[in-house]
Amino acid sequence: MMHALYFTVFTPLAGALLLAGIRSPALAGWLNVFISAVTFAAAAMLAWNVAASGALAGLSFRVDDFNVYLLVLTAFVGLNTSIFSRPYMRHVYESGRSSHAGTRLYNSMYQVFMFTMLLALATDNLGVLWVAIEGATLSTVLLVSLYRTPEAIEAAWKYFILCGVGIALALFGTVLVYFAAQHILNDPGAGLRWSALYGVANQLHPAIMGLAFVFLLVGYGTKVGLVPMHQWLPDAHSEGPTPMSAVLSGLLLNVALYAVVRLKMLVDGSLTGTESPHLAGHMLMGFGLISFLVAGLFLHRQRDIKRMFSYSSIEHMGLMTFAFGLGGPLATFGALLHMLVHSLTKSAIFITVGHAAHISRTQTIDHIRGLIRTQPEVGWCLLLGVIAVAGFPPFGIFASEFLLLSATIQAQPLFTVALLVGLAVAFAGLFRHVQPMVYGAAVEGQQPVQANMFPVAIQLGVVLWLGISIPAFLARWLDRVTGLITGSHLL
Amino acid sequence: MTPEHLPFLQQLMLMLAATALFTSFVLLEQARLTAAVHAFAWQGFLMAMITILVAAGTQHTHLFFSAALTLGLKALLIPAMLHRLIRRLGLDRHREVLRHPVVVIMMAVALVIFSYWLVLPIIRQEFNFTRNIVALSLAVVLIGMLMMVVRQQAVAQVLGFMSMENGLFLAAVSATGGMPLVVELGVAFDVLVAMILFGVFFFQIRDSIDSLDVDRMSRLTERDDET
Repeated sequence: MMHALYFTVFTPLAGALLLAGIRSPALAGWLNVFISAVTFAAAAMLAWNVAASGALAGLSFRVDDFNVYLLVLTAFVGLNTSIFSRPYMRHVYESGRSSHAGTRLYNSMYQVFMFTMLLALATDNLGVLWVAIEGATLSTVLLVSLYRTPEAIEAAWKYFILCGVGIALALFGTVLVYFAAQHILNDPGAGLRWSALYGVANQLHPAIMGLAFVFLLVGYGTKVGLVPMHQWLPDAHSEGPTPMSAVLSGLLLNVALYAVVRLKMLVDGSLTGTESPHLAGHMLMGFGLISFLVAGLFLHRQRDIKRMFSYSSIEHMGLMTFAFGLGGPLATFGALLHMLVHSLTKSAIFITVGHAAHISRTQTIDHIRGLIRTQPEVGWCLLLGVIAVAGFPPFGIFASEFLLLSATIQAQPLFTVALLVGLAVAFAGLFRHVQPMVYGAAVEGQQPVQANMFPVAIQLGVVLWLGISIPAFLARWLDRVTGLITGSHLL
Repeated sequence: MTPEHLPFLQQLMLMLAATALFTSFVLLEQARLTAAVHAFAWQGFLMAMITILVAAGTQHTHLFFSAALTLGLKALLIPAMLHRLIRRLGLDRHREVLRHPVVVIMMAVALVIFSYWLVLPIIRQEFNFTRNIVALSLAVVLIGMLMMVVRQQAVAQVLGFMSMENGLFLAAVSATGGMPLVVELGVAFDVLVAMILFGVFFFQIRDSIDSLDVDRMSRLTERDDET
């Protein structure tokens, strides 16, 4: 039973070691796809096991409905992005923007990044979770500066320093949790095991846990991209290679949010019965709402296409954080669905944007014009992706945002206004930029490029499917996760 | 309860931790980079000493291993790497004077007071000693952070980053008797990899802006003046 788990987590690590020794960029690109495919197959098998026989717990791994769904999602997006990245990085290499060693580094670090993501999701140990999320920064920081332009180096340095500081605060929070656990658990070694802590959450000292959560939220929140710790995110997304932007937006932010939600479950357990039982939830709501609104406004003034979509990621992460903070089965269910559809949509958009940037040889919005004329499939995918991410029916994000709004109306009606205004502002911000990029006359000299839109089509197709009808097994699954997080079921 | 009621071992640890906080102040103010690296090495040495004391006091044998790891990594290897980088970058004689030293020191003092205030909730739980040492380590973390804010030189910022890591380690070792070994190894590995990457970045930054004054990197801001 545990084999599938070990395969899922350690295949990328083995792959990274292998890729580090491969000299030929073409072969490495194919191997990268192959390793990602194996990982995805193992993750799917793991999900099958968990669905059949409930949570798996091993040495220091623990897989329940919550993380297995994210494991499958992570492996799926990882696979699709690797399919896209093979020709893309080849193009980058052949156009001389990255060196031979740089391409090798890219392929190897892609798998290291996947390993850290999967490890962070699968581990039961809060310390290992921290190590893995820090490892995600370390493995991607050199990729952000891959092109060696002054902008790229600046972005990488900012990413390194800001995330380093943020994550250090999260480690302090983790130490405090461990400290609180030591007075309760007999076995000190179990003090960082999430499952052990969750069992005794109501005995953990509330004041210490409250303090710890502040540090943890600021720390992991930096990685989620919550305002005001978001400064690294637009830079790292816009200057790094596009496949990296896709996995950062689609995966890293999700995994960091996953860490926050797991820790919130502990803190909530410890704070029940005190004067402020919803402290953690209120903090999430505050940070989430501010991120959501600020990012929506910043969308309007972007000039770089990847920067713009990274602000859109901040906006959506803010919305999910808000929803998890709101709590309750409806909001949690909506947030889980939103995590899924946003991840798929956003990575699909970044893949399309990568092609668009190759077509017009620039990332500046003002110089990307008439994509539908030049290369219809890229133009249409960009348009459809933006329609999906802006929350239009019939795409899945509409469904999840609708659920979130209903939950807000039920629980905190006043916030509904802020959410609606925020959604409208973000929608306007996206469309004023995207509309001239896809329609209109093409700029002189724009050439179609060889683009494989297959991964994009699949991901947008899934998002569309989830918007029209959520399959029963997925709904039940998400409902089980909702039950796990909130203690009560929706369906 | 006043400090003299504590057992001798704990008094000794508090004194060492306070000395580590003092080295944080030294790091913050030290203009010469080589001297700052020395101060950092001393801080790492103090961390290792505290770990040995905890190990002796609690009989946690794995802490002796972690003390050796700290001594090797924080007091010897990382300072040695920094010295080598400084030499290769030709920064041996580099001096970076803080713009407003008095303000910075006052801010650092305020951070120490803030740390003590922040750990007050632990007060109701008997542990006088733990509270002190958590406050001290939090102060080391926050001063490291302050250092990253006020210093413009990349190497000095890295020193701030590393001394934050020292503060975290101090909290883990003294308040909780050390994290489980796998976590400690993972953290040490991350720190080492981070140091190697910082080294790579120093050269990338220097090639890009001809200096290590990272304040000069300001191409990526939200601004409207682009045409």
